[in-house]
Amino acid sequence: MFAYGQSAGLRFAFLVFFSIALMVADYRFHYVDSVRSALSVVLYPVQYLVNFPVSATSWIGENLTSHGDLLQENEKLKSQNAFLQAQMQKYVSLEIENMRLRRLLGASERLTDRVLTAELLSVDLDPFSHQVVINKGSRHEVYEGQPVLDAHGVYGQVVHVTPLNSTVALISDPGHALPVQVNRSGLRTIAQGTGSVSELDLLDIPNNGDIKKGDTLVTSGLGGVFPAGYPVAIVNEVKPDSSRPFAKVTAIPLAELDKSREVLLVWKGKPVKTAETGTEKPKKNTDKSNGG
Amino acid sequence: MADNTTRRGGSVITLTFVLALFLTVFPLANWAIDYRPEFVTLVLIYWCMALPRRVNIGIAWIMGLLVDVLTGGLLGEHALSMAIVAFVTTKLHKQIRVYPLWQQALTVCTLVALNQLIVVWVKGITGDSPQSWTYWAPSLTSAILWPWVFGILRAMRRRFRVS
Repeated sequence: MFAYGQSAGLRFAFLVFFSIALMVADYRFHYVDSVRSALSVVLYPVQYLVNFPVSATSWIGENLTSHGDLLQENEKLKSQNAFLQAQMQKYVSLEIENMRLRRLLGASERLTDRVLTAELLSVDLDPFSHQVVINKGSRHEVYEGQPVLDAHGVYGQVVHVTPLNSTVALISDPGHALPVQVNRSGLRTIAQGTGSVSELDLLDIPNNGDIKKGDTLVTSGLGGVFPAGYPVAIVNEVKPDSSRPFAKVTAIPLAELDKSREVLLVWKGKPVKTAETGTEKPKKNTDKSNGG
Repeated sequence: MADNTTRRGGSVITLTFVLALFLTVFPLANWAIDYRPEFVTLVLIYWCMALPRRVNIGIAWIMGLLVDVLTGGLLGEHALSMAIVAFVTTKLHKQIRVYPLWQQALTVCTLVALNQLIVVWVKGITGDSPQSWTYWAPSLTSAILWPWVFGILRAMRRRFRVS
């Protein structure tokens, strides 16, 4: 009992004080991000081990798939690929046309976004905050605040980066707000997470706002974090409330927030050289395109 | 902490904590996620009770910090709550040791709830407090799991003569 009498009380008081200081520093100023990444590297083996059974099962599953199944899947993917290629051709010509028109207007040119595929680690985080861990980190040039998409729409945003992996807050996280725009009418609003993966709240929409059930919401690009024009959600319910200045509007996210295993990291507006659009690209920004 | 008793089995203590961290993020079925017992707190309570000279608020604080990093929480919330739990446990370790198992489980329930209470305070201040009552379920599941955790850890402590 002697060893932790008086000194334990002092030590305890110090630790309590230090914890509070740490929380304030983390919450307000992001001073301690380097501490977090250093500790994450220490904890990486734990995350890797937790993910191991899942990745091992999927590896075994892949290796045990029969030849016939693979051929069938290959056929399906080929036809799907042909379909997407056909659509892509239209898209490429539209993009070129769009660029030409923008140049005619003297407007700034939109550059193609660079993307990288990342895989979710099977690690359960705090069930009350909607966050996931992905297997790409600062070694792959991931940065804090980076937009993340899945095959269907906007997925979330990188919140912490460590050398080997990073944490992504989903758009359904209650602390996440995303500037969006109604694709049909151009009405701008903010989509805030509700803590449920199948619902987003749309804020500050006047009762007579031009929005209705079934409207597609796309990113407006106003926050400066997400590139403009990516699909986010479909409006689910519009409830005008004459006793309040704003209507209650909810939307269903397009991204499969609870199902996607693979997500796309987006680097906004970095110039890339692709075979289709390379000829139309101006020669400026060449110093950047070497890095990107 | 200048004591002259021999210290053995540090690796066993470390191993149990690593296992607890592992179970903290182990993927569970969707319905079970809210009921995940607080493994790190359970292991911490056991060692604080059995070996309060070796495992106390310092180690509790470090483990809490690791939990924060691992689960993506605010840095320091679990560090604070676990230091407080360890402080209470080391203060009461002589009583808890002689309790019958069911009474120990009740104490564990209270201690885990204390841990959760501090975390929910911090979450409330930072503006994302959980809305559902299932937030408190881990206190109950932790208490239910306690007899097994206690049995396994005591067997390990005796087998490897951790002191």
